[in-house]
Amino acid sequence: MSSINDLFSKVSVINVGLEMFKDDIEKQGGSAVHLDWRPPAGGKPELIDALEALARPEIAARIETANQEAVERILKSQPVLVGFGPALEVVPGMTKTTILHAGPPITWERMSGPMKGAVTGALVFEGLAKNLEEAAALAASGEITFSPCHEHNCVGSMAGVTSASMFMHIVKNKTYGNVAYTNLSEQLSKILRMGANDETVIARLNWMSDVLGPILREAMQIAGEIDLRLLLSQALHMGDECHNRNVAGTTILIQKLAPFILETSFTTAQKREVFDFVASSDYFSGPTWMAMCKCALDAAHDVPHSTILTTMCRNGVEFGIRISGVPGFTWFTGPAQKVIGPMFAGYKPEDSGLDIGDSAITETYGIGGFAMAAAPAIVPLVGGTVDEAIGFSVRMAEITTAENPNVTVPLLNFKGVPTGIDMRKVLQTGIMPVINTAIAHKEAGIGMIGAGITYPPMEAFEKALLAFARQEGVAG
Amino acid sequence: MAIKTAIKRNTYFDSVSLMSVTGRANAVAGVDQAMIGMGTAMNKEVLQNVGMLTPEAAEAQSGDLMIVVRSASDEIAEQALVEIDELFKQKGGNESGRKMNYATIESAVAHVPGANLAIIAVAGEFASREARRALESGLHVMMFSDNVSIEDEVALKTLAHDKGLLMMGPDCGTAYIGGVGLCFANAVRAGNIGIVGASGTGSQEVAARIHDFGGGITQIIGTGGRDLNEKVGGIMMIDGINALARDPATEVIVLVSKPPAKSVQDKVLAAAASCGKPVVACLLGGSEEAVTKAGLQFGKTTKEAALKAVIRAGRKEEEINKRALNLPLIAETRAKLKPEQRYIRALLCGGTLCEEMMLIAKESYDNVYSNIAKDPARKLKDVSTSIEHTFIDFGDDDFTRGRPHPMIDPSQRLARLVQEARDPSVGVIVLDFILGYGAHEDPAGVMIPALVEAKQIAATDGRHLEILGYVLGTDLDSQSLAEQTAKLSEVGVTIASSCTNAGLLARGFVSKEI
Repeated sequence: MSSINDLFSKVSVINVGLEMFKDDIEKQGGSAVHLDWRPPAGGKPELIDALEALARPEIAARIETANQEAVERILKSQPVLVGFGPALEVVPGMTKTTILHAGPPITWERMSGPMKGAVTGALVFEGLAKNLEEAAALAASGEITFSPCHEHNCVGSMAGVTSASMFMHIVKNKTYGNVAYTNLSEQLSKILRMGANDETVIARLNWMSDVLGPILREAMQIAGEIDLRLLLSQALHMGDECHNRNVAGTTILIQKLAPFILETSFTTAQKREVFDFVASSDYFSGPTWMAMCKCALDAAHDVPHSTILTTMCRNGVEFGIRISGVPGFTWFTGPAQKVIGPMFAGYKPEDSGLDIGDSAITETYGIGGFAMAAAPAIVPLVGGTVDEAIGFSVRMAEITTAENPNVTVPLLNFKGVPTGIDMRKVLQTGIMPVINTAIAHKEAGIGMIGAGITYPPMEAFEKALLAFARQEGVAG
Repeated sequence: MAIKTAIKRNTYFDSVSLMSVTGRANAVAGVDQAMIGMGTAMNKEVLQNVGMLTPEAAEAQSGDLMIVVRSASDEIAEQALVEIDELFKQKGGNESGRKMNYATIESAVAHVPGANLAIIAVAGEFASREARRALESGLHVMMFSDNVSIEDEVALKTLAHDKGLLMMGPDCGTAYIGGVGLCFANAVRAGNIGIVGASGTGSQEVAARIHDFGGGITQIIGTGGRDLNEKVGGIMMIDGINALARDPATEVIVLVSKPPAKSVQDKVLAAAASCGKPVVACLLGGSEEAVTKAGLQFGKTTKEAALKAVIRAGRKEEEINKRALNLPLIAETRAKLKPEQRYIRALLCGGTLCEEMMLIAKESYDNVYSNIAKDPARKLKDVSTSIEHTFIDFGDDDFTRGRPHPMIDPSQRLARLVQEARDPSVGVIVLDFILGYGAHEDPAGVMIPALVEAKQIAATDGRHLEILGYVLGTDLDSQSLAEQTAKLSEVGVTIASSCTNAGLLARGFVSKEI
C-alpha cells in the first residue's frame, strides 16, 4: 500500500476507462498503464446481478473454499501412463455398436461434415458397414449409440470418433485413482479424426489396431508406468505448449517408450514401422497430453460450490463446458466458433469447419493456448508476435485461480501455467479462454487444412453462471 | 442511398474512443453518415432515429461493435467500411508491442511495481465496483465517473479513509498529484500552495490564477462535488486537508467549494483551523463570518482566494499584477448597447465558472436563471430557452447525458451561441474556453465560425453584440494561452483575465444604472 506522501512524490497511474487520460499523463512524463477494461458480463443486467449475488461475502467464501479444493485436485493429480488397450476392453460403457465423439452430446443428423466423415469411416473400419454409403445409412438407422467421449472418461481429438477396436491410452491418476482414456494419433492430416475416410485412412487404422496398439500395449506391460506430468513439464521447458506444438513431447515420450518397444515380441520390421510412424509427425504425443489433462480434471469435477471449469470441448456444431460444482454431465453450450489462422496451400477460410474436438481439455488444464509463452516457435502457426504469445499467457492468469508449480514457463521466470479457469472471472473480465487448435475441412472426407486460434462462445458461460447461481440459491 | 453494416462480435471499445472514430469515419470520402458504437439499446435507438437500424445491427449484442455506413451506393459504402476498419487498425498498431495489456486492476497491480493510483472513468453503473477493487488493492482512487449513488460514495470513502487512501470523487474532474495533472488539469508551476477542491473547474481556476500571480502548486486534491453533502460529511475534504498538512512541500492550503451543509462546514472549518498551516477558504456564496470565526482567511471569489494564498505563500503584494478590472471598458461597452439589450447570456463549460459568474450577477440582479439554479423559481424549465439573465452550465447532466462533455465536443454550445445572438434583448454573451490536459486541442478555434456568425447576425440587425470570452489556462498549457486569446480577439471577442473579472465585466456591461 502506498502512503499519501509517496503518492505526492511520484504518481503511477492505472487508468480505467477513458484512454486520453493516460495519454495526457504520459505527455507530462508521468507513468500510467491503461487497463483493457470491459463492462462485466458484457453489461447484461441479469448476469451482473448473478455475479453480484455470488460475490456476497458468505457465498463468495464458500465458492473460494470449493475452488481451492478443486484446483488443489488439479495440481495434485499425478497422471501416469499405465497401458494401452482396445476401447471395447478398457473404456467404461463401450459396446461394439457404440461410437464416441468429441464435444457435448449431438445426434447424427446435426453432426458437422468432418464428424460425419469420421463416423462413417469408423463404421467401415469396424466392419459394421461395407462402404461409406452403407455406413451413413447405418448411422442414421438408430442402431448406433452415439455418446460423448467425456461421458466415458475419454477425450478424443478433433472429431474424437472412437470405436470398439481402436487402441486407447490408459492413464491413471496416482493421487485420486481415476482413469482416463484417449485413442492414438493417426499422424499426418488426411486422417479419420479430421473427417477423412478413404481406403488409406482405413488401412492405417487397421495397422494401428493390428501392430501399433499391440506393440505399445506390450511395451507398457514391461514398462509399468510412465509419469506423464513430469514429461509434460519437460516438454514445456523445451518449447512445446502441448496442444499444437508437440515436437519435444513426442521426442521424450518415444525416448521413454523405445527401450520397452525393443523388448516386445514383435518383429524388427514391425518395430521399425512403429518408429517410422512416430517420426512421421510431431503430433504423436498430442493425445497423450489430452488424456493426462482429462485425468487431472476429472478428479476436480463434482466439488460442490466450485466455479472451476473441468471441461471445454466442441463437437463441430456446439462448444460445451462443464463446471466442477454442477455435478455429473451437465453441459452448458453455445455455438462452436470459427478458428482463425493460417491455412494449408489451396484452402481458404470459407473451407473451414467450425471449432471441433476435446483437445481444449489442454487449455482447461492450463497448457495449449494458455502456455503459449512457453512455445515462441508456435507463433507463425497461430499468427502474431512473440509478445502476443507471451501476452496470451499473462492474460489467462486473469481468469484462472492458481499457477501450476509443477508445470512452469521459463520465459515468465518459471511462473506456473495458469490453472483453474474460474467461470466468474471469465464473465467479470470478458476475457475468453484462448484455444489454439487445428482446422478440419468443413466437408467430410478431406482432413486437416490449417491451424489457428479460437475462443469459446460467451453464451456457454452465461448459461453456466445463471444455472450455477440458481443451484446455489442466489438467483431466480 | 445504400446502408451497409459490419458487426464485430465481442469487440469492446469505450464510447469516447468510438465517438472519436465516428468523427473520423464521417470524414471518409463518400460517407453520408457513419455510426460506430457498441450494440447497446441506446445506440440502436440512435440508429433507429436516423433510419439506419439494419437487421444486422438490430441483432447485435451489447458486447458487439456495430459499424453502420450510409453512402450514395453499395460500392461506396463497402469501400467506406474498409477504410473505417483501417481507422481501428492504426490505433491497435500503436498500442501493441509497447506495453502489456492488463484486464483487471488486480492484475495491473501485480505486474506494475509502484502503481499507486487508479483513475476510474467508466460508466457510473460499473464505477463503484472498480473503485472498490482499486482501494482493496491498495491504490488511491480518482473517480472521474459520475452517476454513482451516494451510498456507494460513502462506502468507498469510508473504506479509503480506513485504509489511509485518497478517494477522490465520484465526479472528480481535476487533480494534480506529484507534479502530474490528472484528467482535466492545467500545466502549472510547482510551488508551495496545495488545493483541496470539491469542484473541478473551481480548482482549475484557482490554480491558474495562482500561477498567473506568480505562485505555484504542490498538489490539487479533488473530492467530487458531493463530498460536503450531509450524508458524505466531507470525509475526503478533511482527509485532503490532513494530507496536505503532512505534506512538507505545502505551506498554504486553499479550499474550493460551494457552500457546504452547515454541520459539514463546521467540521471542515474545524479541521482546517487545526491543521497547522494557513488556509484560505473559497466557499463560493458561503459565509465569510463562519470562515473568519474559525480563524481562516476568506476568499470571496476564486481570484481573491488565489491572491490571498499567493501572498500568504510569500509573494510580495506589490510585485503581483492583480489584473485590476478594466472600468473604462465597462463604460465604453455600455454606451454601445441599445436600451433593450439588457441581458447576460453565459454559455459555459465549467460548472464552477458558471456558479461564480452567476453569483456575481445575482448581487446586482434578481432575474438570474440557470439550469443549475438551486431555487426552483430560478431554474430553467426548458434548458433550450433562455430567460432574462441566463447562465447555462453545458457540463451539467441536462447536456451530457449520452454525449461527451462540452470541453471535448462543442457542438451544442455552437448552436446555442447563434440562437442567443438572434435575441435582441441580449447585451452580452459570455463564453469560457478551457485549456489544459483533457480539454479540446483548440477550443477557441472551433468556436470562431459561430462567433463570426453571431456578430454578423447582430450587425445585420443593427445592434452591437458584446461577446466576452474567458480563457482558463496558463502559459504552460499545450494549447497556447496567447494563441487562443489572439484568435478570439481577432473576431471581436473581449477577453477577461479571470472568471471573477468575467463575471464582473458581464454584470457591468448590461447595467443600465449610472
